[in-house]
Amino acid sequence: MSQVSHAAIELDGLSRHFGERTVLRDLTVSLPAGATLAVLGRNGAGKSTLLRILATLLRPHAGTVRVLGEELPRRGWAVRGRIGLLGHEPLLYRDLTGRENLGYHARLHRVARERVEQMLQAVAMERRADEPVRLLSRGMVQRLAVARAILHEPELLLLDEPRSNLDPAAGELVEPLIGRASGRTRVLTSHDPAHALAEADLVLALKDGRAAYLGPPAGLDPAAVRELYA
Amino acid sequence: MTGSGPPAPAHRAALAVLRKDLLLELRTLETVPAMALFAVATLVVFHFGLNRDTLSGQLAAGVLTVTLLFAAMLGTGRLFVAEREQGGFDAFLLAPVDRTAMLFAKVAALLVYLVVLELIAVPAFALLLSPPRLGVALPGVALMLALGDLALAVIGTLVSALAVQTRARDLIGPIVGLPLLIPALIATARGLGPLLDRHGSVSPQGKWVAFLALYDLVGALIAYAVFDFLLED
Repeated sequence: MSQVSHAAIELDGLSRHFGERTVLRDLTVSLPAGATLAVLGRNGAGKSTLLRILATLLRPHAGTVRVLGEELPRRGWAVRGRIGLLGHEPLLYRDLTGRENLGYHARLHRVARERVEQMLQAVAMERRADEPVRLLSRGMVQRLAVARAILHEPELLLLDEPRSNLDPAAGELVEPLIGRASGRTRVLTSHDPAHALAEADLVLALKDGRAAYLGPPAGLDPAAVRELYA
Repeated sequence: MTGSGPPAPAHRAALAVLRKDLLLELRTLETVPAMALFAVATLVVFHFGLNRDTLSGQLAAGVLTVTLLFAAMLGTGRLFVAEREQGGFDAFLLAPVDRTAMLFAKVAALLVYLVVLELIAVPAFALLLSPPRLGVALPGVALMLALGDLALAVIGTLVSALAVQTRARDLIGPIVGLPLLIPALIATARGLGPLLDRHGSVSPQGKWVAFLALYDLVGALIAYAVFDFLLED
């Protein structure tokens, strides 16, 4: 995909290592605003690391990263609050209730209190909102995590296995919030390549931290997808 | 209002984190009861170990200060556990807030824990080791303990934030924290000594008050300067 001036994400030669191990190597990607990037690859391919760099939680070690028009990590402060991260961890305190957790995030993000109630309703958790998170099922916790991730109406959603622990009904429930219908720029990873490909405008297939494929979903051969996860 | 607006002022974010920390502690009762129990148990050990019903002067001050210091180390060790284990760091770092808000909140939370600890430990100290004139000298004792608490809270928070990023965090906290706190320990104990002496003054010596205040100020400035880097990748 060609470089465009209104790209929501621009990576140029991005590399990142942990100690001696290089996790991402020389990635160059441009994602237009409003589009969805699916990042495919087996465990350890570097998907979560890429998402954490985009979320300003990790620094790139080489190359340049621009998110929502701001260069990271130098201007990370300017994009925090415009990004929603739904990762492996729900980022919720187990001994607080769902309502207390969302209230805490609302205060950090300067979001009106009514938005908390609105989000509890949107994920159908208003009746269980006063129970400690540790007593909720994993699916319910994931629904609360979805509410937490979009509480502040982020422009960019970073979704790491967003439908894990969600049954089909819950998956449909959160679809308008984090799916294509949300209208947000999205970067998502999934263990279900078929689902990720159906959602994507652009696919980045990672193998050993390198871009094995970058292009539209239609250009990705099913055999290549199988090989990616082999 | 959404998160695309200006960053939350540091004091508002700090209040949000402090409120959350106190709520978590009230809900779980994991830290303060452990600190109080440890302090009371230590005083019982001193009572029987020294085989004394009453202590006075520098010995009494040393026993009280060391007991509170070790009890405080329990609190500092747990200060960032929920942030690390339940994603609190990531959630905080994703928010458009000044990162020093976390420092202010944790120092304030630890100060609250220490005050509650002392509300239990000082009466237990009076009961078990009967220092003379504790009632008369109480305002001076409270001043010295408050200055000592600030030192414990600032240095304890800084060291805890450093230790929680390491695999050996249970060891790093005391190993790094205790040496850094030795000057504050000395000043607090020396300041308290005459207050707990039968023939001593009822107000603390100015030099120890000034030393502790200066230690607190320098500690706070260092913590403010480096805390951001401790939260960085």
